[in-house]
Amino acid sequence: MKAYLTRRYMFSASHRLHSEEMSAQENLVTYGKCNNPYGHGHNYALEVTVSGEVDQQTGMVCNLVDLDNFVHSEIVERFDENNLNVLPEFLEYVPTTENLSAVIYKILQQGFHKAHLEKVRLEETMMNSFEYAGDAETRC
Amino acid sequence: MLYLTRKAEFSASHYYHNPKFTPEENRRIFGKCNNPNGHGHNYTLEVTVKGEVDPRSGFVVDLKQLKEILNREVLDVMDHRFLNKEVPEFAERIPTTENLAISIWQRLATKLKAAQLHRVRVYETPDLFVDFYGEE
Repeated sequence: MKAYLTRRYMFSASHRLHSEEMSAQENLVTYGKCNNPYGHGHNYALEVTVSGEVDQQTGMVCNLVDLDNFVHSEIVERFDENNLNVLPEFLEYVPTTENLSAVIYKILQQGFHKAHLEKVRLEETMMNSFEYAGDAETRC
Repeated sequence: MLYLTRKAEFSASHYYHNPKFTPEENRRIFGKCNNPNGHGHNYTLEVTVKGEVDPRSGFVVDLKQLKEILNREVLDVMDHRFLNKEVPEFAERIPTTENLAISIWQRLATKLKAAQLHRVRVYETPDLFVDFYGEE
């Protein structure tokens, strides 16, 4: 029987929303306070949802230790206490939480193969969150 | 179609152990959860039902009835219990969060009359939950 397992992780990072393709005025209008040249930070909460048949022998979709190890070493370690704008993946893309969700999804999709990746959900603050499931529709 | 979610909380203990595995395998696969004396969690359960809104009552489901079914079928059976020893299905099945979600679904699905069960979500801790939507 198929079940969906979601695990929540925290990391803190800074960013500045600024597009090289826009004028200074356009950037200010588009990004408002987020365009502050010195940047600002958030405590991000990441939810990773994986799915699969529940293994009869273990009762698990996948071993949590494997998922935790992967997310800690490949995602939390990479972004926690870091400035997103200086990372290679954001040299060309604005580090909005939309783009960060897609980057995290791609890291998981390429590197974690112990269960099927359903989606990632990223909370930038308690007031706004973003979900990304690649080309698939997310399930409510 | 409208979706209604009811939340409930229960506290229970469990441990993970498969008698077909060697003691070493059990320890390697289940880690600290293999402690035979068990350990506990405050579980949060979210049950989502779906249906059309009854034009006379304005309800998808009578919440009082839903609450009674939840209490009788799940909370009375699992709250303040050692799942492995006191809940019959876990004599054979390991009480992981995955299996708990499946078990709660099976306990509720046939009992709900007016509305259809859509999803069972079980939080083992605030940072870990499992969703089950029935057999897909």
